[in-house]
Amino acid sequence: MNDIILDVQHVSYRYGNKHVLEDVSLQLHQGEMLGLVGPNGSGKSTLLKIILGALPMQKGNVSWFGKPLNKFGDWPRIGYVSQKANSFNTGFPATVFEVVMMGLTSKIGLFRRPGKREKERVREAIAIVGMGEFENRNIGRLSGGQQQRVFIARALVSDPDVLILDEPTVGVDAQSEAQFYELLKQLNEERRISIVLVSHDLGAVSTKMHSIACLNRKLHFHGRAEEFERMRPEILLGSYGHDVHVLHHDH
Amino acid sequence: MIEAVMNYTFMQHALFSGLIIGFVAPLIGVFLVVRRMSLIADALSHITLSGVAAGLLLAQSVPFFQNVSPVYTGMVFSVGGAFMVDRLRQAYKFYQELAIPIILSAGIGLGVVLISLANGFNVDLFGYLFGSLLSVTEEDLWRVIIASLIVIAIVWIFYKELLYLSFDEEGARISGVPRNLINVIFSVLVALVISISMQVVGILLVSALITLPVAAALQVANSFRQTFVYAIIFGEVSVLSGLMIAYTFDLASGGTIVLVAVLLLVCVLAGKRLRNSLN
Repeated sequence: MNDIILDVQHVSYRYGNKHVLEDVSLQLHQGEMLGLVGPNGSGKSTLLKIILGALPMQKGNVSWFGKPLNKFGDWPRIGYVSQKANSFNTGFPATVFEVVMMGLTSKIGLFRRPGKREKERVREAIAIVGMGEFENRNIGRLSGGQQQRVFIARALVSDPDVLILDEPTVGVDAQSEAQFYELLKQLNEERRISIVLVSHDLGAVSTKMHSIACLNRKLHFHGRAEEFERMRPEILLGSYGHDVHVLHHDH
Repeated sequence: MIEAVMNYTFMQHALFSGLIIGFVAPLIGVFLVVRRMSLIADALSHITLSGVAAGLLLAQSVPFFQNVSPVYTGMVFSVGGAFMVDRLRQAYKFYQELAIPIILSAGIGLGVVLISLANGFNVDLFGYLFGSLLSVTEEDLWRVIIASLIVIAIVWIFYKELLYLSFDEEGARISGVPRNLINVIFSVLVALVISISMQVVGILLVSALITLPVAAALQVANSFRQTFVYAIIFGEVSVLSGLMIAYTFDLASGGTIVLVAVLLLVCVLAGKRLRNSLN
């Protein structure tokens, strides 16, 4: 099938003797919104690092757009919003425009400087996330929710096919969170961007994503979000070890 | 002083080399400070000291080195030190600042031993320690100009990569920015700037000229670009007025320049505080 964007096959990983991931397989299809959930220490971050090539592959295979990871080089097609974005150095002297421009660095390539066209694209990306009026604002003087929009714009500016977001709603207030999911939906529907959202917040993720992968060392569930909702007590007992009381946010 | 600059070539050399260093030291300093690596300038300047000592020793014992300025051996040591810092930072991933005291003490230790081998302190060495702007020769000036042009050109070319790595090293690497290559290039630039700056303010004060103007700029700048503009303005003002004061009152030029930079920083901090309390 050529509409598979990300294919993870039988990936295992261990730090020393500690098995962090065991035989994990999952797929992300074109246009899909996948929620990767699991408790703290379940291996979510390790799996992310492996698929992004930041950790060496110990066992298994990962391919992006049909190409095995070690042959894949088209990283601008993947927009990554790291968890660190929530806790970056707030004293860093950069404007929203400068931060979003960073997202074009590797697309522009070495020995070239951004021109008029690139600046236009940066403004477009800032407009998509609704931060147009803050273009020249210092990044440290924005709220958590606004900063997060800027980091999404930075990931969007290289015109990616897929967005990967690591714990994006940590440290963001409820209203910004609602706007954030609205933005994801819009990106997914209007721009056909596939989304992988990593979170420990089951409530929001299971209602906003199309499919769910529930991870705790092993993959305990991988399928449609509705099915996840239906089978939730059993899945959670298996993965979280106890029944998690989930708060539903309805805005 | 203007008259002296018109009449004496040594004053022209002093002024030009000072102004060039006042430009490139803060330029490199911006990246060092925002990457929380400002102390690396200190570590590398001490390694440069041992390089200078090695150069002085070689000049005494090997005929070939009699005509080679110890600034060059300092440069070689400084670049070597920069690579070692990089290595040590990788070896101690969770204690990255450990690289600094290791290199710093190695530099001082080696420096002192080499100095004693070269029959102790002399006037030359004193100049390298505390700066000797008024003794800059035409050859020195050319070296400063060429090295500075290289530094400015490379910063211009790799500006976007350096900025991204400074802001978010992990994100930059994942998006495909060649981190190791850029970091190595940057280390070499830092080493270059330190070795050419030492004649202006001296090894012991090099890091002041690299970090103080940036510290002041961070207080007033809104964007990354503005940080450069302010840092360079503060750097140039420090060099120019420091040199003028030193000449007028017959003071040590390196120390005076650094004191002016400190004074500027204090003024910026006070001014900001005053503005905040008025608002």
